[in-house]
Amino acid sequence: MSAGQPVELETMYGDYPLDQAFDEMREAGGEVRPHYRALAETLAGLPPDELQRRKQSADLSFLTQGITFTVYGRDEGTERIFPYDLLPRIITAQEWDRIERGLTQRITALNLFLRDVYSEAKILNDRVIPRELVYSCKHYRRQMRGLQVPRNVYISVVGSDLLRLNTGEFVVLEDNLRVPSGVSYMLTNRRVMKRTFPQLFHSYGVRPIEHYAQVLLATLRSLAPEGRPEPNIVLLTPGVFNSAYFEHTYLARQMGIDLVEGRDLVTHDNVVYMRTTDGLKRVDVIYRRVDDDFSDPLIFRADSSLGCGGLFNAYRAGNVTVTNAFGTGLADDKAVYAYVPDMIRYYLDEDAILPNVKTFLLAEDKQRQHVLANLDKLVVKAVGESGGYGMLIGPQSTGRQREEFARQIEANPRNYIAQPTLDFSRAPCLIGNRLEPRHVDLRPYILFGDKVNIVPGGLTRVALEKGSLVVNSSQGGGSKDTWILDK
Amino acid sequence: MLSRVADSLYWMSRYLERAENTVRQLDVTMNLMLDTGGASSEARWQRLMASLGKATAVEWNGDLDSMASTLVFDSLNPVSVTHCMNGARENARQVREEISSEQWQRLNRLFHQMHSPHTQAQFRSNINDALASVLDGIHLFKGVSDTTMIHGQGWQFIRLGRYLERAYATATLLEVCQADLFHPQEREHSGYQYLELVGLLRCCTSFEAYCQVYTAELSPDRILEFLLLNRDFPHAILYTVEGMRHAIEAVQRTGGRRTPDELIAVIGRLHAMLGYTTIEEILAGDTAAFLHTIREQCMHIHSLIYRYYVQYSIQSALAS
Repeated sequence: MSAGQPVELETMYGDYPLDQAFDEMREAGGEVRPHYRALAETLAGLPPDELQRRKQSADLSFLTQGITFTVYGRDEGTERIFPYDLLPRIITAQEWDRIERGLTQRITALNLFLRDVYSEAKILNDRVIPRELVYSCKHYRRQMRGLQVPRNVYISVVGSDLLRLNTGEFVVLEDNLRVPSGVSYMLTNRRVMKRTFPQLFHSYGVRPIEHYAQVLLATLRSLAPEGRPEPNIVLLTPGVFNSAYFEHTYLARQMGIDLVEGRDLVTHDNVVYMRTTDGLKRVDVIYRRVDDDFSDPLIFRADSSLGCGGLFNAYRAGNVTVTNAFGTGLADDKAVYAYVPDMIRYYLDEDAILPNVKTFLLAEDKQRQHVLANLDKLVVKAVGESGGYGMLIGPQSTGRQREEFARQIEANPRNYIAQPTLDFSRAPCLIGNRLEPRHVDLRPYILFGDKVNIVPGGLTRVALEKGSLVVNSSQGGGSKDTWILDK
Repeated sequence: MLSRVADSLYWMSRYLERAENTVRQLDVTMNLMLDTGGASSEARWQRLMASLGKATAVEWNGDLDSMASTLVFDSLNPVSVTHCMNGARENARQVREEISSEQWQRLNRLFHQMHSPHTQAQFRSNINDALASVLDGIHLFKGVSDTTMIHGQGWQFIRLGRYLERAYATATLLEVCQADLFHPQEREHSGYQYLELVGLLRCCTSFEAYCQVYTAELSPDRILEFLLLNRDFPHAILYTVEGMRHAIEAVQRTGGRRTPDELIAVIGRLHAMLGYTTIEEILAGDTAAFLHTIREQCMHIHSLIYRYYVQYSIQSALAS
C-alpha cells in the first residue's frame, strides 16, 4: 500500500458531512488522514456485501458468547447485545502519549485530593476549593475521615471520558471514580476485531490490550492487607440483574478469582468470610462493583441487601481491602470536576496536560444567571448522575424542558452544572452498507496500585443515532474497537 | 468453591438432565402411539405425565401436536423442555466465571435455539428431527463439560446433579411402568408387548446396551435387572449411585476440612441396597415399594447435600 495514492472511496460514503466537527478519518478537504489510509483501502477493496456479512458474523458471535447487557424495564428480550461498529477507531502513538501522560497526572492529583479531603483537608483550608462545595456533595462519606487506606490508594480502577474538539485536541469530559464499567467490551471488541479484519489488524501494528485482567489482578494484589502474602481476592457483584453482570463474570473469570454476591459474605470479629462448600474462607481483597450506598446496610442504606453487614467495620479495622474505596464519588462530582486543573496545580505544581471542558457552577450567582439566559445553547447536567440521565441538551430541547430545568436549577443550584454544547469528533461507522460519521468519545481505563498503569486502548463509544450527542449504552449508544498504534 | 456456585452448578446439571429426560420420553411415547394396538393414546400420555413426575402437568385433550408443543415450549409448565432449559441457563448465567466459555456458548446456543421461531416451525413440520436436534445439543454440552472444564469441585457438583436427577427419573419411570409391563394382562408375546418393552429401554437410551448384555430377547425381569443393577451402564441406577459416591468422595478429597458423615452413610446404604441384592429377591418382594424407596433416598441425599455444602449454619462453620 503506497500512502500517497488517492483512494476510491466515494462510492462507500453515505450522507457524510464534513463540517466544523473534527472527523477522525477525513481531513476538512475530504482526503483520508494518513493513519486511516490502509483501512480505507481495505474497505474500498471489499465486495459490496462483504462488510454486512462480517457485521452479521460479529453480531452472532456477541450473542452466542452472551456478551449482553440488561435493559431495565422490559420483560421480554431483557438482554441486548451492545451494538458494535465494525470499523476501528485509530489513534496515533503521539496522540496516545499525550493522553497517557495527561491521565496519569490527573489520576495522581485526584487521588491526592481524596486523601487530603479525608484527612487534613489542606486544599480546603487554603481556599483552593470551596469547603461548602465538597461537604455538600452527596457522595462525600464522613465515615472515611481519618481512615488509613492501604497504600493511600483510593481509586485503583478509573475510567475517564475524553472527547476530541474541533481543534483536534482531547479534553476530559468526566472522570468515573466509583465503579466504572465497559472494560469487558473493550476486551471482547478486540477479540472480535481480530477475527473480522485479521490482516488489516496485523498490518497496522496495534498495541495489545489483552493483558488488562492480569494488570488488574496485580493491582488488587498490591493493595492486600499487611501480613496476607497469599491474599484471597474476590469481585463483589450486585448479582445477575445488574446491567454490567456480564462484565463482572468476565473479569472474574479472566482473573481466576471468585465472583461473590453480598449473600455469600459474612463478617465475624471484623473479618470478612465467604461461604464455601468447605466452610468459611477468609476474604482479603474485594474488588467492589457495588455502589457505596448498597455496600453495607449497617453503615449506608439500611434497606439494601446487596452488600454485607459489617463490611465497613472490617474495612476500617484493616482486615480487608475494599477498592475502590468508599466516598470516591466525591471527586467525580461534576461540580468538583471544575476544580481538577486547580488540584493538579496545587498538588503537583504542574499545568493540566489534558484540559477540562469549560464548566459553569450554578451555585455561583453570576454564572447561574448567565446559564439561565443561555439554556438553549448549553448542556446542563445533574452533578451526581451518570449514564446520560438527568441531562438537558439545550439546542435539542423544547421550551418546556428548558423551563422545567430552570425551575430545578433555581430550587437546587448546587445539584447542576452547565457546559457549552460540544461539537466533538465523529468517526466513520457502518450504517447500512455505507460509511457515515457519528459522534464518538473515548474511555481509557486507568489502574492504580503500586503506580498508575494504563492499558493502551479504551472503549470508543458511538452515538449511533444520526446527530445524537449521547453515547451511553442505556441511550442507544454503541462501541468500536480502539487501536493505539505502536509508532 | 462458593456454596452458591456449587448450588448453581448442581441445579444447572439437574435441569439439563431433566430436559433430556423429557425429550427422550416424549419422543418414545409419540413413537409408540403410531401403533394403534396395545394401550390407548390417552393412557400412554397419562403414563408419560406420571413418569415425568407430574401426573397432571399437561392434561390430555386429544390433540397430540398441541400437547406435545406445550410439553416442549410452555415455559410456565415445570416439566417442559423450555422451562428446564431456562433453568439450566439461568443457573449457568449466575456462574459464568466458573464454567468454560465453550460450555456457556453451547448452552446459550441451545437456549436461543429453544426460543427461536425457526425451531418452533421445525417442531410443527418434523417433531422427531427437532427433538433429536435438542438431544444433540445437550449431548454436546455434556461432552464439552467433560473436556473443557477442570475436573475440580465444580465438575463434581455437575456430576452429582446429573446422577441424582437420573437416578430419580429412572426410578420414577420404572415405578410407573412396572404395573403395566411386569404384570401384563396377556402373557403371550404379542408384537405390541415387544414394542412397549423396547420403548421402555429407549426411554433410558438403553436398548442397544441391553442387547449387548442379554441379546435381543426382551423380558421384563431382565430389563428391570439391567436398569436397576447393571454396574457398567450409565443409565442404570446402581451405576448412577456409584457415580454420586465417587463425586462426594472427590469433593471431600479436594476440600477435606469437614467430613459429610451422614451423606456418605446414606449414599453408601443406597449403594449397598442395590449392590447386594438380586433381581429375584426384588421381584419376590414388593417391587413398587423398592422403587419408591430409591426415590425417597434420592430426596434424602439431596437435602443432605444442601445441609453439608450449601445451607450450613454459620455458627457451626465458625466452630470447626
